[in-house]
Order: sequence, then structure tokens, then C-alpha cells
Amino acid sequence: MLHVIACMKQVVDLQQIRIKRDTREPVLEGLPVLFGDMDKNALEEAVRIKEKHGAKVSVLSVGSAKLKDTVLEALAMGADEACIVVDPACEGSDTAASAMTLVKAIEKIRPYDLILVGEGSADNYSGQIGSRIAEMLNAPQITYVRELSIEDNTVTAVRDIEAALEVVKADMPLVASVTSEINKPRRAPLAQILRASRKPLNVWTLKDLGIEASQVGSAASPIQVVSNVAPQQERKGVIFEGDVDATVAELVDALGKEGALL
Amino acid sequence: MTPGIIVCSETDEGAFELLTKGRELSEEFKMELSALVLGKRNDKEIQCYFEYGPGRLILIPNVGIENLDAETYASVLFEVTKEEGPNILLVRSSRLGKEVAGRAAQKLQAGCVTDAIGLTTKGPDLVIDRYALGGNTISSEIIKTTKKVISIMPRTFEAERAPVEGKVERMELKIPPRRVRLVEQRKKTSESVNIESAETVVCVGKGVSNKEDLAMLNELCRALKGELGCTRALSSDYHWISEDRMVGISGKRCKPRLNVSIGISGQIQHTVGIMSSKLIVAINKDKEAPIFKIADYGIVGDLYDVVPRLTQKIKALET
Repeated sequence: MLHVIACMKQVVDLQQIRIKRDTREPVLEGLPVLFGDMDKNALEEAVRIKEKHGAKVSVLSVGSAKLKDTVLEALAMGADEACIVVDPACEGSDTAASAMTLVKAIEKIRPYDLILVGEGSADNYSGQIGSRIAEMLNAPQITYVRELSIEDNTVTAVRDIEAALEVVKADMPLVASVTSEINKPRRAPLAQILRASRKPLNVWTLKDLGIEASQVGSAASPIQVVSNVAPQQERKGVIFEGDVDATVAELVDALGKEGALL
Repeated sequence: MTPGIIVCSETDEGAFELLTKGRELSEEFKMELSALVLGKRNDKEIQCYFEYGPGRLILIPNVGIENLDAETYASVLFEVTKEEGPNILLVRSSRLGKEVAGRAAQKLQAGCVTDAIGLTTKGPDLVIDRYALGGNTISSEIIKTTKKVISIMPRTFEAERAPVEGKVERMELKIPPRRVRLVEQRKKTSESVNIESAETVVCVGKGVSNKEDLAMLNELCRALKGELGCTRALSSDYHWISEDRMVGISGKRCKPRLNVSIGISGQIQHTVGIMSSKLIVAINKDKEAPIFKIADYGIVGDLYDVVPRLTQKIKALET
């Protein structure tokens, strides 16, 4: 049977981030966490493959202790098992360390046929994880997939490279990254999420994967973040309300004075 | 290959942008600036590159971009930069450039930052800016490894000429056949708009309830002599508007003098694409919509009431 692994990243709810007025720093404490949209596209595609061809779907994620709850949604969406790496030492890992941690976990649950990731994570959108995993596993990669089909051992994919669409073929095992166009992820009803806790959930620490704490986290990261603040916005914020004709007149007048009307 | 700054882009104009910034870094860090050019090129094309100041052109005539998938492309970049010593590899953050950046970085055991929107030097350090937290913040980062891979958003730097007499080095590379086989390439049917360089952009979002209503918005566009842009929903989900007009973190970034945002709530995934606008005008019926927080001017009102009157008023100004 095919084994499809969907890698997902738990992120804070980006819509709810507040910015401190004085320092322009983001306030992340206490925010709810969830999986990114494109990560759900990756999982949805894995579940569709399972429905069509029969497959075992594993969800793989590295993150904080909250993952134990977050991952229930993925199980409810149709994954057969979840493997999560929860270790405080991973805090601050950059993409290289995260990819390495994922690969160690993949080695524990291999053999695999297909690894699916989102085109980019919801928070940092670096798009490096798929590429780095593929390189470490010495696997072919197909990025930006918006249509995917499997026949025998071969994946055919339509990938989107901005000016063109490419139809490509490659033999499994391989790594593919998907875009949001590929599918519409199903919503898991609450009852199913509650039942999902009966599915296998493997919780691993770095030690279980044979990784030293010194190999991950911000100290091991080749990327040093100097600052991370909201961009300075110097906007006028003049808002007109009330009678439509009056507000339109005020706006056109203002734009004229700005020299914004060509 | 000697250490240095190496620029690589699958389009020439992309390479010229990166070379322009590369010149500055090359002076600052005393590193040689090279351009990596793939595929067969004639003398005239080669000369074009030297207009933008690379001391060296690394030509690999036997490997064209069309022969490469991410894996083999990464091995080309690896072969060019594998020798010991510092390298700054600058690639264009197109989709091809971005996917290869991660893979090449992994091969080189290098730190990598993708989608850079700014590069500045600070003493011995190269500080790279990129959006983070879904566009809520700008993260300024330093790569600590001696090999650095950076993918830079298109049009971050403007190409400026500074002709030099550089040298050409030809390389023969043996690249294994690609494992991801290309079956077919279909050019997208594009209206060839360049929303990124438009002076006026009218962006529309989910506040527009029917596809037919776009006619009304196109009319405003014409009156303003602008281009129509949209949020992801209107292109990717509804397919009302072609993707080359999609503005945001996964679409285009525009820098117009005037941006008019209509029926757009102002989610950060979209607004990062309009942040560089000189003037932002928002029209939305929800007074609390986040778009008003980044607007210079705004009207709280139903777009179906406001837009026709606005169009009429602007047309009246012209006559």
C-alpha cells in the first residue's frame, strides 16, 4: 500500500496578531495555534490519494506541546496516524534544523512513497522545507503542484511556474509541494475531531530521533534574527463617512490636492 | 571557482537587477562579482551582461535552464560554489529561483533566506529583510554560514548600468539527467498586464458580489487610467480575474502612486502587495475593516453606491 506523509506546521493565528504601539513588536503570547492553509491542502491531497488508490496517510509535524491538540484536526480530516516531535529544544529552529528534524522522523516511519508539503508555511512562507527535505532524502521534488495524479509508481503533476504551467512526471518516492489551487480542504466536524483521539498518535522527543539538542534551536541556527517588527506605516488615515455624494466629493478633492489623479 | 558574489537568474532582466545590487555588495565586502549564465549565448547577449558590471561571467553553454529541474539546478549551483571560501549566491525569487535556493543551500550546508525585500550592509554583516508572520512583520536576518544563499523578490532593485570589461569563463558541467521529466509546457494565457509597474492600481476583493459587477470597476479603472488588481479569492477561488492581476504575498507586489482598495477587508496576505504604494485609498462598508488602518484616505460606504459616483466625478474632472 502507498504511504503518503503530509508535513504540516503549527502556526499562531496570524489574523489575531497585535502589534505593540511603541516598539512595533508582534504580540504572540496566548494566541490560538492552527495548521496553515496550504498545509491543509497538502493533507487534503494525501487523503484524496488514499480515497482513490488506498494509502496510509501519516501526518508529521514538529512543534510545541499544543500540537497534541492541533493534530486532532488533521486526524479528523482523514489521516491514519500522526507523528509529532515535541521538544522545547526545537524552539527557534530555522528551516535547516526543522528540515533535519523532519527527515529524522521520516526515517523512523519509512518506507514512504510520497511526501507532501505546502508551497510555503503560513507564517514565514520560506518554501525551503520541501527543497531541503528532498535534498537530504536524495529524492526528486516537484514544487508548486496544482494537479496531481498517480499511476502505478509514477506521479504526474501540473505545476505552476508563474508564466507557464508544466506537466511533469517522476517516479516515487518523491517530495511534492502543493499550492492552494490544488483542492479545497474538507472541514472536519467537531464530533470527528473528538473521535480522532482514538487514532494512533506518536509523540517523539529529539532523543527518540537520535538528535542532540545542540543540533537544533536558535543557537544552532545559521540564521540570526536581528529584529522582527511591524513595518513603519506613515499613512494619513483620513476616513470620510456619511452621505455618499459628500464623501465622494471630499475624496476626489483630496486626491486632486495630492496630485494623485493623472 | 574563486569565492565571491554570484548572481543567477533564469531571466536576463532578473540578473541585471541582482547585478546592480551585487556591485554595491562587491565593493563593500571586497568580493568579486560574477554572473552565472546558463545555456548557449551569443556575443551580443554576453556583452549585455557586462553592461551591469560583473567582473566575470561564468558561462555553462552545455546546460540550459530547460534541462534543469530543482535537483539538477541545485547541483549546478553547487558545482559553481562548492570550493572552500565565502560565497554569496543571489538568485531571483521567482518560483524556480525559490525552489532551487533551498535545495542548493542544503547541498552547500548554507544558511538561506528566501523572498528578500531588502539587503543592507552593517559593518561586516549583510542584513536581509523579508516579510514574516504572514506579512505582519519584517524580519531582518543575518546568515552566519560562510556560504549564503539569498533569493530576492523580483523588482526589489532597479537595474542600473555600469559597464565593465569583464572576463568570460566557460565551464563544462556533467549533469545527470533530470529525474522529474518535463512532458509539456503550456504558456499561460495572459493579458500581459504589468501590474507591478502600473502608476495607478485599483484592487478589488470579496466585497464585489458578482462577476458582472467587475464592469463597473473596470470603468473606474479606465477613468483613473489604472490597472485592475485583485485579492487571491477573486482569481484563485472564483476565477473571475486572471492570476497575473493577483496582488499579495503569493501574487504581485505593486508600487503605484495611487492604490484604490475596494471591497477588501485588508488581510495581511493581500496588503503586503500594496504596502509600497505612495497613496492608499480604501472603500469598504465595514468601518472596522483593517484596510482603513493602512489607508491614507477612505470612504466608509457600500461600494455599489460609491464606485459609480466616484467614476462619474473623476470623468467630470477631465472634461
